[in-house]
Amino acid sequence: MISQIVTAFLSAVLIENFVLVRFLGICPFLGVSKKTNTALGMGAAVVFVMAVASAVTWIVHKQVLEAFGLEYLQTITFILVIAALVQLVEMIIKKLSRALYNALGVYLPLITTNCAVLGVCIINVQKGFSFVNSLFYGIFAGAGFTLAIVLFAGIRERLEFADIPESLKGFPISLISASLVSLAFFGFQGLIK
Amino acid sequence: MSLFKTFKNGIIDENPTIKLVLGMCPTLAVTTSAINGVGMGLSTTAVLIGSNVVISLLRKLIPEKVRIPAFITVIAGFVTIVQMLLKAYVPAIDKALGIFIPLIVVNCIILARAESFASKNGPAASAVDGIGMGLGFTIALVAIGSVREILGNGSIFGIKLFAGAVSPALVMILPPGGFLVFGLIMGAVNKATGKKITMSGCAGCGGQCKKISSGIGG
Repeated sequence: MISQIVTAFLSAVLIENFVLVRFLGICPFLGVSKKTNTALGMGAAVVFVMAVASAVTWIVHKQVLEAFGLEYLQTITFILVIAALVQLVEMIIKKLSRALYNALGVYLPLITTNCAVLGVCIINVQKGFSFVNSLFYGIFAGAGFTLAIVLFAGIRERLEFADIPESLKGFPISLISASLVSLAFFGFQGLIK
Repeated sequence: MSLFKTFKNGIIDENPTIKLVLGMCPTLAVTTSAINGVGMGLSTTAVLIGSNVVISLLRKLIPEKVRIPAFITVIAGFVTIVQMLLKAYVPAIDKALGIFIPLIVVNCIILARAESFASKNGPAASAVDGIGMGLGFTIALVAIGSVREILGNGSIFGIKLFAGAVSPALVMILPPGGFLVFGLIMGAVNKATGKKITMSGCAGCGGQCKKISSGIGG
């Protein structure tokens, strides 16, 4: 059991990193990763939403879609469930903890249609994970996203002061550095036999 | 704006991929070959035309407050249709694009066009806007896909180019190559047009996103 969890963790965070290898959630990855602090905040919000979304969509898929033979409505159902969920999470956090809301609140609306969240829910179903596996996969995928975005924020903070050719400034250089980070993550391939 | 201008706008002036930097995930993920770029681009175009027309027709009926969920539902409906059609008629493309077909729902290009164009214009103009934007996206994907396929696989549209004389750089069709090629193409476009890309992707639409109080990711 424990070895299974560790394997799943390594696979989701390092080997099949959601952002750098699977190309999910690129937009927030490039958009919100300018400062390490905001990157951490975004990462935390994503881990949270991914875990909750994985659990809820798993239940919806098993109890509603599969039970009534409505699998073809998967895409519509999942995106609406996620959108509703994010609103709910936002309201709950606002009521429970003002400090947490101030830290995560701004990122929550942006997560609604972050493709990584919908992606993790669909992968859970495609791979036929059990409830517990789905929940863990959601958390680990979020952790992988957080690792990538925080690492990248660190690099971008340094890029601010680098001497970059005029036409590569901004987006192009970010993509090129992302390419190098992604290349580094390829080193983890073969970690699990 | 005349229909032709609307059409040209999507392909050149406001090319969603190169100029607005929207819809990055599919752009990077599926462009391992030119043909995948065509598949993804045309699927997105189909969804874009359908959702633009329907949203434009419904624009006076959808209440202001719930318009984003309403848009997303319409878009998801079209994505489901496209998903089923691909599965039935071109299973090879469906397999190659995999999870990125359902993820067209969260492609920011579509929601952005619904919000900024279809909800303000008539169905004919919206359809043309959908075609223009969709083709702009397709052209960009095919361009990136071609470069990656030539460098990484030594072929284009599956036709071998170098007859084994040069061994291709496999890394180009792996994820790092995607980032690198897209970054360099964008740099080249910057250099050629002498303009800097000001929109910063979906976070750039972050300002816009917050305004529409839902946010666009993907």
